[in-house]
Amino acid sequence: MKFVKLIAVCLLLWISVAGEAQEFEAIDFPWDNGSALLLRWKLDPSRDSLSLQKPDSLGIYREFFNEFSQSGECKDGDLVSDTQYKYRLIAYAADRTDSLVLEASAKPRQQWFAMGKLSFLILLIVICAAILYFIWSARRGKDLFIRRISGLDSMEEAIGRATEKGKPILFVPGISDLDDIQTIAALNILNHLAFKSAEYNTDLIVPCRFSMVLSAARETVKEAYLRAGKPDQYREENIFYVTDDQFGYVAGVDGIMVREQPAANFFLGAFWAESLILTETGFGTGAIQTAGTGQPHQIPFFVVSCDYTLIGEELFAASAYLSRDPHQLGSLKGHDFGKLLVILLILLGIVMEIAGLAWFKQFFVGGN
Amino acid sequence: MKRNIPLILAFISGMLVIISEFIPHYPFGLIEETLTGWFMIVSSFAILLGQISLISANINRVVEKSQNWQYYLAGLISFAVMVTVGLLWGMENTPGILGQGASIAAKLGSKPFDYIFEYAYMPLASTMFALLAFYIASAAYRAFIIRNFESNLLMITAVIVILGRTSFATALTSWIPKSLTLLHLPELTDFIMQYPNTAAQRAIMISAALGVIGSSLRIILGIERSYLGGGK
Repeated sequence: MKFVKLIAVCLLLWISVAGEAQEFEAIDFPWDNGSALLLRWKLDPSRDSLSLQKPDSLGIYREFFNEFSQSGECKDGDLVSDTQYKYRLIAYAADRTDSLVLEASAKPRQQWFAMGKLSFLILLIVICAAILYFIWSARRGKDLFIRRISGLDSMEEAIGRATEKGKPILFVPGISDLDDIQTIAALNILNHLAFKSAEYNTDLIVPCRFSMVLSAARETVKEAYLRAGKPDQYREENIFYVTDDQFGYVAGVDGIMVREQPAANFFLGAFWAESLILTETGFGTGAIQTAGTGQPHQIPFFVVSCDYTLIGEELFAASAYLSRDPHQLGSLKGHDFGKLLVILLILLGIVMEIAGLAWFKQFFVGGN
Repeated sequence: MKRNIPLILAFISGMLVIISEFIPHYPFGLIEETLTGWFMIVSSFAILLGQISLISANINRVVEKSQNWQYYLAGLISFAVMVTVGLLWGMENTPGILGQGASIAAKLGSKPFDYIFEYAYMPLASTMFALLAFYIASAAYRAFIIRNFESNLLMITAVIVILGRTSFATALTSWIPKSLTLLHLPELTDFIMQYPNTAAQRAIMISAALGVIGSSLRIILGIERSYLGGGK
């Protein structure tokens, strides 16, 4: 009997010790770059406030979190991976009796995969696979239907009008630098536009906000004139740097529009607050205007003040559309598949949320 | 070779950036940051190219006495003045060739570069930005002219949103019973901005994101080469 009592006491002691040990723990934040730890605690109902502390460079514990909850967790970020970090949790009792002090330590570790981005990876693979499939189909000669984009179909009309009037064409490649995909998309369109303007013997003016864009734009236009068999008509001075400053650039381009009176204006790329100032000035000069951007907030301004607007994806599809290259057109079909996939996922998400299955939404929300 | 090397570089860097997005472990976690750093270095070299373009374009116009050549001269003088005062006395926290220019700064209240920036450049930039208010009015006037069903719908929505953002809206619809709270103009405005407007904006963002994926894939795989100054 004594032996049974001894075992029971030992078991109770072990449970109580084990229980306390589990009240506060520090673990590596899952699936990250080793810059964070996750601190978890579970306190008994007698506690009503807490102080989470960690030592500073002198070893003195400093509080960095004090929002109380019976059981909760806190992420400590901006840490160095593979370094041991110590934490102290002080839980205060409601009746002002002894405080409970718990300690924990852990090392943040770098992970080889960001599990929170798994849904993005799956979507990326599926969409890329669809685009590659349609490119492959186009290569095999399959006839793909691509919907008309009136803003791009009108490009030739705009160049023709400029030629008839003997006025230049103005092309603004946005106000972002070359590291923005919208600027790259704009330069791709510039290549086609420059080719057409070379064919029609019409001057093309390209004011640039950044030197890198200037360099790329010059190369693009020069090559287009070469391709059109009119390298002698290429005028480097028509593609020039204005200023890095946003509103200084706008003032410069507005001045060009008022003085040179271009017959056709193209505003393609990334635009912010200056979009309406540019296009309204262009409207005032009576130019035929085509605009396109991936910035949703600027699209209403373009729709109101321009004759044609490329909305969202159309800006990125423009180069492929204008090239009429079946390989590139195949990729546009891939975009349409992506849209269909997103629509299906949204509908499925609605059904899952109504059914109370929150994991589906959570999977696509991701983390890290 | 001249064409293939940029294509190979675009492929390698594109793939590395994609991979690094999903692998947080060293060295992948630092790739994007490193490439951004490299871009900044290349950009800073390219600044010289921009300055040369600016000076040569303006000098040519002035020398040729082309139409409105005075504006180009003003641009050149402004550029020269800013570069000179910046080099001589520096900016707020950085000294120039002649040091901190304490005596001039005491007279002007700040260093010459900062003084010109604050009292000449800033008002000019603010003036350009302020033009937006007038352009919004003129663009809105044209957009709200009732021509067809869509413009009619646009005008009604705009009137609700514009009114709903003013204190007048509360007074105008306060008589509507609380059971019909959605018909209160401020509530209706919030509803329009929160649901139909957000839905449309997200649709554009999703479509733009798909466009970015397609465009990036074409560039990474070398199918799209126009940006390199080449055709197909």
